[in-house]
Amino acid sequence: MNGVSAWQIFVWVALPYLALGIFVVGHIWRWRYDQFGWTSRSTQLQERRLLKWGAPIFHYGTFAAIGGHVIGVLIPETWTRAIGIPEPVYHWFSAAAGTLAAVLIIIGVVILAGRRLLVPRVRATTSTVDYVTLILLLLVIATGIVPTVFVNLLGHGYDYRTTVALWFRGLFSGSPDVRAIATAPIVYQVHAAAAWLIWALWPFSRLVHAWSAPVWYLWRPYIVYRSRVATPPAEPGTSGRRWRKIGVPY
Amino acid sequence: MRVMAQVAMVMNLDKCIGCHTCSVTCKQTWTNRPGTEYVYFNNVETKPGAGYPRRYEDQEQWNGGWTLDRKGRLQLRAGGRARRLLSIFYNPNLPTIDDYGDPWTYDYETLIDAPPGKLTPSAHSISALTGRDMRVRWGSNWEDDLAGGPESAAADPNLAGLGEQVKLAFEQVFMFYLPRICEHCLNPSCVASCPSGAMYKREEDGIVLVDQDRCRGWRFCVSGCPYKKVYFNHRTGKAEKCTLCFPRIESGQPTICSETCVGRLRYLGLMLYDADKVTAAAATTDPRGLYEAQLSVFLDPDDPRVRAAAAAQGIPADWLEAARRSPVYALIARHKVALPLHPEYRTLPMVWYIPPLSPVADTVSAAGYDADDPDQVFAAIDALRVPADYLASLFTAGDAGPVRRVLRTLMAVRTVMRARQLGTGDAVPAGLAAAAGASMADLDDLYRLLAIAKYDERFVIPPAHAEDAGRLMAQHEQLFCAQPGGPDDFHPPSGEAFRDDAGRLHLGLSPRSGS
Ligand code: SF4
Ligand code: SF4
Repeated sequence: MNGVSAWQIFVWVALPYLALGIFVVGHIWRWRYDQFGWTSRSTQLQERRLLKWGAPIFHYGTFAAIGGHVIGVLIPETWTRAIGIPEPVYHWFSAAAGTLAAVLIIIGVVILAGRRLLVPRVRATTSTVDYVTLILLLLVIATGIVPTVFVNLLGHGYDYRTTVALWFRGLFSGSPDVRAIATAPIVYQVHAAAAWLIWALWPFSRLVHAWSAPVWYLWRPYIVYRSRVATPPAEPGTSGRRWRKIGVPY
Repeated sequence: MRVMAQVAMVMNLDKCIGCHTCSVTCKQTWTNRPGTEYVYFNNVETKPGAGYPRRYEDQEQWNGGWTLDRKGRLQLRAGGRARRLLSIFYNPNLPTIDDYGDPWTYDYETLIDAPPGKLTPSAHSISALTGRDMRVRWGSNWEDDLAGGPESAAADPNLAGLGEQVKLAFEQVFMFYLPRICEHCLNPSCVASCPSGAMYKREEDGIVLVDQDRCRGWRFCVSGCPYKKVYFNHRTGKAEKCTLCFPRIESGQPTICSETCVGRLRYLGLMLYDADKVTAAAATTDPRGLYEAQLSVFLDPDDPRVRAAAAAQGIPADWLEAARRSPVYALIARHKVALPLHPEYRTLPMVWYIPPLSPVADTVSAAGYDADDPDQVFAAIDALRVPADYLASLFTAGDAGPVRRVLRTLMAVRTVMRARQLGTGDAVPAGLAAAAGASMADLDDLYRLLAIAKYDERFVIPPAHAEDAGRLMAQHEQLFCAQPGGPDDFHPPSGEAFRDDAGRLHLGLSPRSGS
C-alpha cells in the first residue's frame, strides 16, 4: 500500500486484529476460569438515589448508540440508498437520533461517573480495571459525541460512511482501507482506536455482564429445579478456579 | 401425584431465650467473610419490632413474594417478566445497606497505641464499606429485647391491623423472639425472580440455593424474597443465602443453628408433598385459606398409596422411613401445632413455628390471675385480642382461629403434665383435652416431642444418597489427579531421606509401603 506508514498499518490493521484476538481468547479464558467473577457488580445496595437515574439513562442511551453504529457503520451506504432512503434524509435522521443518544449518554455517564468518584461507598468498590475502563469509555464517548453534535448536527457534516465505515467493514473482509481512516478527521481516528482498546479490555472488565443479558427469562418456567451433582475436585494448579475439559460432562 | 421430599424445620417459640447463639454459629460457619458483614442467614428478632432489614414484612413497600392478578393467577408482586427485565438497571424494590445497617468495626488501634494520659481513649466506629469514621444508626438486633421502646416497636408492620388500645396493652406485657432462616419455600419467589436462572430448588431435598458461577448480580432475588433472606455480597457482586447447611444435611446432621440452639427448640425432618398441587395451593383466593391450603399439599407418609407413589418416583426407602418418623410432620400435620410464617406471601414457606403461649400466660398473671389455672388461661386465650391477633398476623394471615386452637392445645399439655407431676391428676377438668381438640394420647405425644425429645428425635435427617456422586468423583480423580505428574503420582521412597528432581531434600517421615 503506497503512502501508508508502518505506524498507520499498526494502528489501523494490527491493533484491530490484535484487539479482536484478545477479545475472543480473553472471553474463552474468562468463561472457563472465572465464572465466579462474571457479574454486573451492582452497587445499588450502597447507593440508590443517583443510580435510579444514571443507570437506566446511560444504558438506554448506549443501546441507541449501538443501534446507530450498526446502521451507520455496518450497513453500506449503497444499501440504504437502494431501499430508497436519500442521503439528506439519512443524514438528518442520523444527526437527530445520534444527538438524542449523545444527550442521554452524557447525562447518564456524568451521573454514574460522578457517583463512582464522589460517593465514598461506591468508590470503595472500584478496582483498577474499573478505572481503566471508565477512562477509555469517557474517551470513546467524548470523541463520539463531538462529531455527532458539532459536525453532523451543527456543522456541515462529514460522510463517515464513505471513509471510516469502509475501513471498518474491510477489516472483516480482509482488506481494510487504511488510507480511508488515516485521512479521516483526528477525532474519528481517536474514537476508533480507543474503541479497539475497549474491545481488548472487555473480557477482563465488568463489561462482560453485557453478554449475560438474561433475555431467556421471558420464556423459562418460574421455578427452577435441579438435582444434585457431584462437584469435581479442583484441577491441580488452578487454585480452585475451575477448568472444565471440553466434552467431559458432569 | 408427584411426590417430592423437603427437609423442613419447626421452631418452638416458647423456648427461645433470645441468646443469638444460632446467629453467631451460623455467621462463623457461613458469613464471616468480607462482603458479608451485614449478612445473617439466621437472625433472631424481638417481636413486636421492625425486624431485619427494617420493616421487611411490609410488602406494600418492598413488593416481595407473590400476588394474584385480576384473573386470579399467581404473579410476582413486583410485576411481570418484561417489566422486571426493563427495570434491571435499577431495581425499585431493593433495600439499601442503610435498611440493614451500615456494617461497622472499631478503631481498636487507638485503644492499644494510646500514650499514657489522663483521659481514657475511646474507639471510633468505622464503616466496613468505606473504612471511614461513621455514626452507628441501625443494625441487626438494634431493637433487641424491645430496645427503642414503643417508638421503635411501632414500626412493626404486623401492628398495622391492631387498634391503638391493643397496641398499648401489649407493649406492657408482651414480647417474644422470632428466630428466622430462609424458609426454603415450596413456591420460592426468589427463584422465580432470578433472571439468570442461577437460583434453584434441589429436587432431592428441596433446599433452595444460588449457583455462584451463574449468578450475574441482577439482585432481583433479594427484592423478590418477602422474608429478605437472600443477601447481596457487596464484594463479590453475587447473591448469597441460607444454604440450610446442605453439606451437613447431606451427611445426616442438623443445620448448625439447630445443632447449637441453646433452647433446643428446633426440629428438622422430612415432609413429603405433592408437587402437582403447589401452584393451585399458592393461588388460593382468600389469604386466610393459605394455611389450610398448604396443609393439603403435604402427603401422609403412612399412607400406602403415597409410599407406593414415592417409591415409584425414586424416593429411597430409608427416606420414606425418615419421613414417617419426621418430628416436623408430627408437629405440622399430625398435631397441627406448628404454623407457617406469613403464609399470605404465597411462597409456601417450610420453616414453621409453634406460637408462644408465654405472652398469654404473662397477660393472665399481669392481670392478677393464676397462670397455671387452665380455666383462666383458656378464658384469656378466647377473650384477649392480644396476643392472639398479633400472632395471627404473623402466622395465619390474620385468622385468629388456628392460633387460639394451638394455644389451647399447648395449655392442655401443660396442665395435664403439671397435674401428673404433682400427683393431682384428679384435679384436671374432664374434657380438657377435648376442649383443645386433642386426645390424651395426642397430649402425651406432644409432651414427649416438645419437652423431652432427644437429639435423634428432634433431628431425623436421612443422609443423601451419594453413591452416584462418589462414582463421579472417582471418575474425576481418574481424570485429573492420578495421571502421570498429577498430585497423586508422587511416591517417595519409604523411610529414607531423598532428593527430588529440583534438588530439595525430603525426609521420609511418612513412609509409603510398596512403592
Ligand atoms: S424464604 Fe428462602 S426460599 Fe423463600 S423466597 Fe425467600 S430466599 Fe427464597
Ligand atoms: S440459639 Fe435457640 S434459644 Fe438461642 S436465640 Fe437461637 S433459636 Fe433462640
